[in-house]
This record gives sequence, structure tokens and C-alpha cells, in this order.
Amino acid sequence: MDSLTKHTAAAPASARTIVVNGAARLSTAVTLAALLTEAGYGDAKVATARNGDFVPERLRATTLLTDGDQIEIVSPRQGG
Amino acid sequence: MIAPDQPLTFYGTPFASRMLIGTALYASPEILSQSVKASGAGIVTVSLRREAARAKTGQRFWELIRALGVTVLPNTAGCRTAREAITTAEMAREVFGTDWIKLEVIGNDDTLQPDLFGLVEAATVLAKDGFKVFPYTTEDLGAADKLLAAGCDVLMPWGAPIGSGRGLNNPYGLKTMRNYFPGIPLVVDAGIGAPSHAAAAMELGYDAVLLNTAIAKAGDPPRMAAAFAEAIRAGRSAYEAGLMEMRDMAAPSTPVAGTPFFDLGASS
Repeated sequence: MDSLTKHTAAAPASARTIVVNGAARLSTAVTLAALLTEAGYGDAKVATARNGDFVPERLRATTLLTDGDQIEIVSPRQGG
Repeated sequence: MIAPDQPLTFYGTPFASRMLIGTALYASPEILSQSVKASGAGIVTVSLRREAARAKTGQRFWELIRALGVTVLPNTAGCRTAREAITTAEMAREVFGTDWIKLEVIGNDDTLQPDLFGLVEAATVLAKDGFKVFPYTTEDLGAADKLLAAGCDVLMPWGAPIGSGRGLNNPYGLKTMRNYFPGIPLVVDAGIGAPSHAAAAMELGYDAVLLNTAIAKAGDPPRMAAAFAEAIRAGRSAYEAGLMEMRDMAAPSTPVAGTPFFDLGASS
């Protein structure tokens, strides 16, 4: 439909709604790794899941996001 | 009688202490650290929660725990389905760098009792995937058999609902479980409120006790941690020494023979 974005793979895709830890955000990140950077997680010690499934750290850069994805980003906490 | 000083072993790893403690609900990180040290516990439980961007809350907590030099047992607290628990366990394995998992699949909001069906389902998947599963279960022997068949090498029945501090709600059920699984490490997990409850669990022959709130919410948590450590040692020693049989009637402990005035009876 939009030939410009279709043929410019390096350019950011149009923003999509991604639900991160229960809160919706508009994101142009194509991959889960890019989302973590965009959202400001940097090198934080976190684990991730997409739509209820675990995504190992090594697969974040190749895990593509689609509109409406539910992402969990968790880290160590106190527990009983 | 049981041979003394047999070390507690979970999945091939021996532990000198028979106490596992949770890290939640402490008033400060310092009090948490002091309490873990005072308890002498070799294993602490931890969890995973949503992290806010740029917060690094998890990093700070992780550094605090690592400095304690204890074995970490991540939990799946709050999970209500096998799928949630499995995903949480996978995330925990990556973040904490351990294949140990305290598996909780909660079945009821009021009692926080385990959903035994979801628990067996999740344990089966996780054990196949190489996890060393510590299932939070009940004293139900059928579920326990299924958990062992799934690959669990340890069982953790509840004493009472999590955080209730009510002690051992079903000593008969726990004793039955102990007798039914003489060779399986059994840990009473949840519901322990006082050192006497922990001692009672150990006197039943349980291998260890896992608790959190009773220490974290004590007036002086490190002192309470030490009190629990003493009670657990005492209870274990009592079990190893062999407790006397309970009787229905009194039996004099002082010798009857040679009692003065014995022949006078009650005539005076």
C-alpha cells in the first residue's frame, strides 16, 4: 500500500501498539531487542516473554514484534 | 533412631542448615541481610517481577543476594496456570543462572493453596526440560506420587496457608506423608508462624522447613531468624534421637518401689 515504507527496510516502520508490562506504548521498534533499547532498559538484568512465551536473550534481536504484542520484562525481586 | 548429622541433600547438593528462608517483606535490605546471616540458611527464595525502564531495581536486589553467598531458589509465586509458571521458570533460569525452581501454581485466592493439576502439568514439562523442581504442594499423596513420577526429587507440602502463621494445620496428613515417602526429601513450606511450629515439623521427620513471614514480620527479624535456627536444630535432634511413644494414661516416672509410707495406703 505504501510503497515508500515497503521498499525502505532500514527506515523505522510505522509506530505500533505494544503492551509492555501491562501498559500500552507506541513503538517503532522492529525487534524485541530494539524495544528494550527504545524503552530505556539498556543493559538491565532482565528476562523477557512475548505473548506468554519466554524469549531468551540471544533471540531478542531476531524476535520480530507485531501490533498488539504483549511483552513482559522482569527482573530479580524479593520472594517467599 | 536415625544416624545423626546426615546432611540434607537436594538434587545432589548437601546443605548444613535445614532452613530455607524467603527474602520478601523485610523492612529494609539491611535487615534482610542480617536475618539471612543470623538464620544460617543455605538457601533463599527469590522471585521475578516487572521491571520499570531505567530503574535497575532488580540489579540492586540481585547484588545484595549474591553478596550473601547462599544458594538461590527462584519461585513462580503468583502464577495461576501451568503455562504462566513454565514461562516464569524459564525466565528465572536465565536471570538467576540456576535450573532450580520453587514451583508454585496457585489455585485459590483465599488460601493460596496449590492447583495440584496445574502443578503436576508444569512439573512434568519443567523436569523434562532439565529443571530441578521444588513443588509447593499439599499433603495429598496422589498428587505427590504424580510429582515424583514427573521427575521431582523433593516435595514441599504446606503447613498452613501462605502468610497465615498458623503452623501445621494437618499434622496427621504430614506424618502420613513422611511415612509414605521415607526416602524423599520433604520440606514444610508455608504457614510456619513460630519456632515451635518449625520444631514440630522437624520432630515429624521433615527434612527442612521453608519460611518467610514469621521472620520478616517479627519485631526483631535477625533474632527471630536465630530462634528458628535453634528450634529447627532441636526438632531435628529430637527426631534423630527417637521420640517416646505417646500414652493415654499417666505412668509414674519416679520409681514406685521404696515409696515411703507405701504400706500405710490412704487410711490416714
